[in-house]
Amino acid sequence: MRAARLHHPLSWWALAALPLAFLGLFFLWPLGTVLARGLTDAGVDLAGMIEILTSPRTADAVVTTLLLATAGTVGSVVIGVPAAYALYRLRWRGQATVRALAVVPFVLPTIVVASAFTALFGRSGGLGFLGLDQSMVGIVLALVFYNVAVVLRVVGGAWAALDPAPTEAARTLGADPRRAFLHVTLPALAPAIGSAAAVVFLFCATSFGVVLVLGGTRINTIETEIYLQVAQFLDLRAAAVLSILQLLFVGIALAVAAWARRRRDRSSTMRRVDGTRLATRGDAGAIAVILVVLALLVSAPLVALVERSLRTTDGHGVDHYVALFGQPGRAVLPVPVWAAAVNSLAAATVAAAVATGLGLIVASLLMRRTGRSAILDSVVMLPLGVSAVIVGLGMLLTLNRSVLGVDLRGSWWLVPMAQAVIALPLVVRTLVPSARAIPAPMRDAASTLGASPWQVWRLVDWPLLRRPFGLALGFAFAISLGEFGATTFVARPDQPTLPTAIYRLLGRPGIENVGMAFAAAVVLALMTASVMMVSERMRTTVGSDL
Amino acid sequence: MSGLSVADATVQYPGSPPVLAVDGVDLTVREGEIVGLLGPSGCGKSSFLSAIVGTVPLTRGRVVWDGVDLTRTPVHRRGFGMVFQDGQLFPHRSVAGNIAFGLEMAKVPRAERSARVAELLEVVGLDGYGDRAVTELSGGQRQRVALARSLAPRPRLLALDEPLSALDAELRARLAREVRDILVAAGTTALVVTHDPAEAASMAHRVIRMRDGRLL
Repeated sequence: MRAARLHHPLSWWALAALPLAFLGLFFLWPLGTVLARGLTDAGVDLAGMIEILTSPRTADAVVTTLLLATAGTVGSVVIGVPAAYALYRLRWRGQATVRALAVVPFVLPTIVVASAFTALFGRSGGLGFLGLDQSMVGIVLALVFYNVAVVLRVVGGAWAALDPAPTEAARTLGADPRRAFLHVTLPALAPAIGSAAAVVFLFCATSFGVVLVLGGTRINTIETEIYLQVAQFLDLRAAAVLSILQLLFVGIALAVAAWARRRRDRSSTMRRVDGTRLATRGDAGAIAVILVVLALLVSAPLVALVERSLRTTDGHGVDHYVALFGQPGRAVLPVPVWAAAVNSLAAATVAAAVATGLGLIVASLLMRRTGRSAILDSVVMLPLGVSAVIVGLGMLLTLNRSVLGVDLRGSWWLVPMAQAVIALPLVVRTLVPSARAIPAPMRDAASTLGASPWQVWRLVDWPLLRRPFGLALGFAFAISLGEFGATTFVARPDQPTLPTAIYRLLGRPGIENVGMAFAAAVVLALMTASVMMVSERMRTTVGSDL
Repeated sequence: MSGLSVADATVQYPGSPPVLAVDGVDLTVREGEIVGLLGPSGCGKSSFLSAIVGTVPLTRGRVVWDGVDLTRTPVHRRGFGMVFQDGQLFPHRSVAGNIAFGLEMAKVPRAERSARVAELLEVVGLDGYGDRAVTELSGGQRQRVALARSLAPRPRLLALDEPLSALDAELRARLAREVRDILVAAGTTALVVTHDPAEAASMAHRVIRMRDGRLL
């Protein structure tokens, strides 16, 4: 039985008004504008919409999106499932380090991954002779680089907890190892693999920065096509129509992912045991193969990136890093790269503060599961189902006029607000489980000892939420620092963030510009990785020691 | 009249169909009296207790102390303490920090506070445990801390909701007598909810029974 004393519905909604107003202004209204712009053109205009949807460019983008997402998913699963076996089912020395290194790519900003693969496959890159620059294969490899970590985490977790008894039973019934795996182990893992694949497909289908940079002018997905329609053809209508298409696409992928997750939840009610086993001499070969594949996939692009950032016209040196402090040619970038980095840090600070501040309010309101908390929860999660590019486009379409007397047009504040919209769902998902783990009777105990509702929050809830709050703050900061999809629409050309500056530099000819892009990408990667490392130390399980 | 008087207490939880947990109960407890409330699980005794303390709202009825109607007074201003079934100690505070919580809320000066904490640690037999983390304690020790914590601000009524049910049988019998002695020594008015007749008999001056939301 839950205490009903707390929060009259009116005061609950009064507190909820703040996050709802934020999302309304910076997310729902812009999203609605995109939808309206796509459906209408001085009156409902379905013909114009159909014309855009059936154009060869659109068809091309849809086919490319599907191809890339499918290939990226298959690649991630093909490498990720055996790797999950070696890294999670088996136990061996040094495994923890390899696990940690294998998920590094996932926390890197997209623009860093794109830079790294450009460094590897570009004309002067280490593997430039393969001709993979601006090719589908190159993009797929980058997507796999990114998403193997997802498969590892999801499938690895399931495999480590899988009961080995049924497989052993199959062996005693005469199945050879291959058949035992195919008929017993694999079906048991199928829900986890399906769930991971659905998430990876979603990530691949909404991947923007990687495709934009690595695809060049020839390869376009729906996401990059939206951007090109705005940035090059100035056709906002076409961009809006394509956004509707992408929303449908993502909606279907999300529905499939939710369906797969429900199946996984149901199957995980089976016995969960410690199914890991010590690796034997016989496993050494398999582990070695996995290690080599992972090392090539993960380290080759990163090594190439660092090497290229240090490569000068005559050997190696830190020239490109020094150049980050100088003023590049006016046509290249209007400000020095260090200024873009400072701008990024400032925007990320504001974005993280806004996202975690609102996230803390939302988590406090979601502590008790009620009808209204379910509504708030789903509204706050909505940005997850909308790609960053559409968030950016919506803000560009909407906030180009004054709102309530405040002129937001071209305002610096749009960048951190867009980043806060992107970070908010993750912040909430980080805080809510911890908030819900605080037992309601513990708050009642504080009340019976004379604590007012505000004191209960300050003296019981907040001390228990402080560490997850630190984790969420770090996540939000790292996401904002590397955010590219939405930022690229709302950042003013004369005030680039670090990711948009890197994108600009990558597109300019000349070894100096590209070298600076690589050096800046290394700096951005180090900034993001160190924030993630510090915040991971905040990870804790509240309530587990009660 | 002095003491607690509850009239027509009714608790109904929303739902379809709504659940009537407490159905028009009347009860008076004299000052200094320890009353045992006995009944099978699900009979509404915990809901009744929570409604008196104020953590669950009354659908109908009144809660009165010394002639003052407290029905609309929020929990933290009623001056009623509560010992929860599984202690509900604050994991981020030490043993002493837990016991001092209510004193801090009452803005008791620091010196007086630590004297009171030391006194209560002695009363519950945990002398010298003040700096321990509550996570290091055994189940019996936790319930002693929970009792000390709720006694510290000298509540005018102490509600105990199955305070010993999480403990093993032997410890339970011993602690039941101890708790009674502590309550009697402090002159605390108390209402103890339990499903164990022996426990009720050993702790309370008077035992009343409850079934299906009504007193028998």
